[in-house]
Amino acid sequence: MMNVREWWRRGSALIWFSGATLGFSLLMILGLVGYIGAKGLGFFWPGAIVASTTAQGPILGEITGQEADKIQFHVGNRDLFGQDYRWVPRAELGPLSTPADAVVVERLEYGPFIGRIRSLEKDGQVLPGDPMETLRRLRPAALAMSRHIRDLDKVEIGGLNRKMEDLRLEMKARPGLEARMAALKARYDAAEARLEVLRAQAASVTVTLEAADGQTKTLPLASVVRLVPSNALGVAGKMGAYLSRLWEFVADDPRESNTEGGIFPAIFGTVMMVLLMSVLVVPLGVLAALYMREYARQGLLLRTLRIAVNNLAGVPSIVFGVFGLGFFVYFVGGGIDRLFFAEKLPAPTFGTGGILWAALTLALLTVPVVIVATEEALAAVPRSQREASLALGATRWQTLWNVVIPGAMPGILTGLILAMARGAGEVAPLMLTGVVKLAPSMPLDGTFPFLHLDRKFMHLGFHIYDVGFQSPNSEAAKPMVFMTALLLLLVVVVLNLFALRLRSRLRARMGGGAF
Amino acid sequence: MQAGDTMTDVEPRQGAPRKTEVPLTDTAVLSAKPLLHIEDVSLFYGPKQALFNIDLEVREHSVMSLIGPSGCGKSTLLRCINRMNDLIPNVRIQGSVKVGDDDIYDPAVDVINLRKRMGMVFQKSNPFPKSIYENVAYGLRIQGVKDRAVLDEAVERSLIASGLWDEVKDRLKESGLGLSGGQQQRLCIARAMAVRPEVLLMDEPCSALDPLATSRIEELIFELKRDYTIVIVTHNMQQAARVSDFTAFFWMGKLIETGLTEMLFTNPRVRMTEDYISGRFG
Ligand SMILES: Nc1ncnc2c1ncn2[C@@H]1O[C@H](COP(=O)(O)OP(=O)(O)O)[C@@H](O)[C@H]1O
Ligand SMILES: [Mg+2]
Repeated sequence: MMNVREWWRRGSALIWFSGATLGFSLLMILGLVGYIGAKGLGFFWPGAIVASTTAQGPILGEITGQEADKIQFHVGNRDLFGQDYRWVPRAELGPLSTPADAVVVERLEYGPFIGRIRSLEKDGQVLPGDPMETLRRLRPAALAMSRHIRDLDKVEIGGLNRKMEDLRLEMKARPGLEARMAALKARYDAAEARLEVLRAQAASVTVTLEAADGQTKTLPLASVVRLVPSNALGVAGKMGAYLSRLWEFVADDPRESNTEGGIFPAIFGTVMMVLLMSVLVVPLGVLAALYMREYARQGLLLRTLRIAVNNLAGVPSIVFGVFGLGFFVYFVGGGIDRLFFAEKLPAPTFGTGGILWAALTLALLTVPVVIVATEEALAAVPRSQREASLALGATRWQTLWNVVIPGAMPGILTGLILAMARGAGEVAPLMLTGVVKLAPSMPLDGTFPFLHLDRKFMHLGFHIYDVGFQSPNSEAAKPMVFMTALLLLLVVVVLNLFALRLRSRLRARMGGGAF
Repeated sequence: MQAGDTMTDVEPRQGAPRKTEVPLTDTAVLSAKPLLHIEDVSLFYGPKQALFNIDLEVREHSVMSLIGPSGCGKSTLLRCINRMNDLIPNVRIQGSVKVGDDDIYDPAVDVINLRKRMGMVFQKSNPFPKSIYENVAYGLRIQGVKDRAVLDEAVERSLIASGLWDEVKDRLKESGLGLSGGQQQRLCIARAMAVRPEVLLMDEPCSALDPLATSRIEELIFELKRDYTIVIVTHNMQQAARVSDFTAFFWMGKLIETGLTEMLFTNPRVRMTEDYISGRFG
């Protein structure tokens, strides 16, 4: 009894308790990241393609779930079977085998096909020889062709389309441009014709696949994205397929209403939105804090203002979204449209959600964090340094600019890091101010003026919501949700590391640990 | 043979502390004309009076030390000379402080300009978190000097004058905060000198330094008085005796006695001064 009391009195209890709490928090975080990582990263690994029989006939697919009395198969072939996943009672299941000729064919439409390759055809004529061999030989050309078609469609025809749109608007204002319009139209038609030829060419080489139940499906070779004969692959081959899938996920555009393909536009949109927000929030927060700390008279009014700023940080983010929509989008954006883009009305340019408005809304949401951090950093700059500067004949403003603000910079960056961490994870306000499920073009690209602040954009956080809850095929989307979440975490971590590095370099330049 | 080799390598040690017996006054300072005139200065921090009717003159190219127990108003008086007290709210000053013929509390006086003429070195060394070079160049940069050659010249001149050049000339780009305490204080002196002030105001510049660094600064002060008029606050009476030509003794905000250092220390006129310098109170 005495011992426990002594133990308590010496504070050991508190040390143990706080240590345990910290350990528990770390464990939760690790668990969270580990769970998401395991669920997401495992998805791309090519599993065995298992063949068996059921009461409804033969079945072929990857085993994706097991319960006491039933097994879940990913059978693919959405176009033939209607659903990708099937639960089969164990009692109905025949013996399992892994046929070496089974393949997963990833294609542009309807999700993966799981089955066997029956034959390859050119202009409807079956090509002789082993179909797998022939397929390997013809695929590089087919892939190059489909890339070519995509480029022609997106870059050339898309570019001509935009030019014609611009010219159409110009013609409203002043006539006499018909000749230019005609020239553009001619080029457009020529490109379209070329595209038609290419498409026909691409469609002439086809592959016929056979599903487990004997149904066949013929599709152009150019629409085959990847071929994974899992059962025939060694570890190296599986690794290759894994990395190739992972790369597609990170670097490609989404397909099939976001349930297939990659999420590159969402990564890009997220990073760009956060950077834009940072560029906006730092001057905003630093100037406000400078005024509050250095110029304003310290008194009741300022104290009230401080409390208000702190409370701003607690306002639910959707409220900021509503404000952003009402003020930035409709009022400011609408005003800009009436002033500068009147010829395009009623189609809005800035008067609709866009990356600029989203970033501004988030900047407003995160500015209290920056203000508080900056105020603390300003207060922490030693008085003696200010005096040294003033004693050398510097004005107050010179002292602020040359000594106080540089000295407070690491603290300001701490504020920015916190703001970025908060801003990158917000979804609700973005849904009102500029995020979309599928953006036709990125906010930064090769067409003038390169940075398109009026464009809508994709965002990882919204992508999670969209794929997870709005997708028609939720079972197929589940791994995508985990992978996207993992990437969102990664983006936040990378952005933070970047800012941390900046801060430590600043500190080193200032003479190490001076702060 | 071995011994002979090493003998030739040994050079006389540079920078070893010299125990200089500083001659207390040279006759030149006696004939120098006064530069600073402090006339009947009283200062109030809010309701509290910190200085009472101070009258003091500081001659050109001389060193004046202000001594007295802590809290007696030495720093306050020093800060009157470059108007640093202006920065403190609710300060009220009466009387006049003149540099040459200019009253520095005249409303027409440009404080910024005044502070350029009055260099200040603080009790705690306070280099900026910038490179050594930028620390010294700071005063010129805020005056708008951009010419690299001018800046280089000023940095080198000031660092040589403060005796720091040989120690830092190869690492001017490194942070000033990486220097030792004594080096930092000499960097601050160089920084103050770079703008060529007329007067150097030093507020206990050695109080945070070890004896070796202190003696370096004291030697420096002795050299600097050729070019500058120096007012130094110190709580160390030996230091006052070593470096200054004149000494002023303060007590509770009042100037008790002032005169040639030699005289004040050997033959004080006021009893209180005698008690203080002999260590009977303080
Ligand atoms: N900023 C200030 N506000 C109010 N009182 C001050 C301030 N600075 C100094 N004082 C007071 O003025 C008196 C003289 O201070 P100071 O000049 O710093 O003394 P010293 O430098 O001789 O130790 C002290 O009593 C001190 O408390
Ligand atoms: Mg003092």
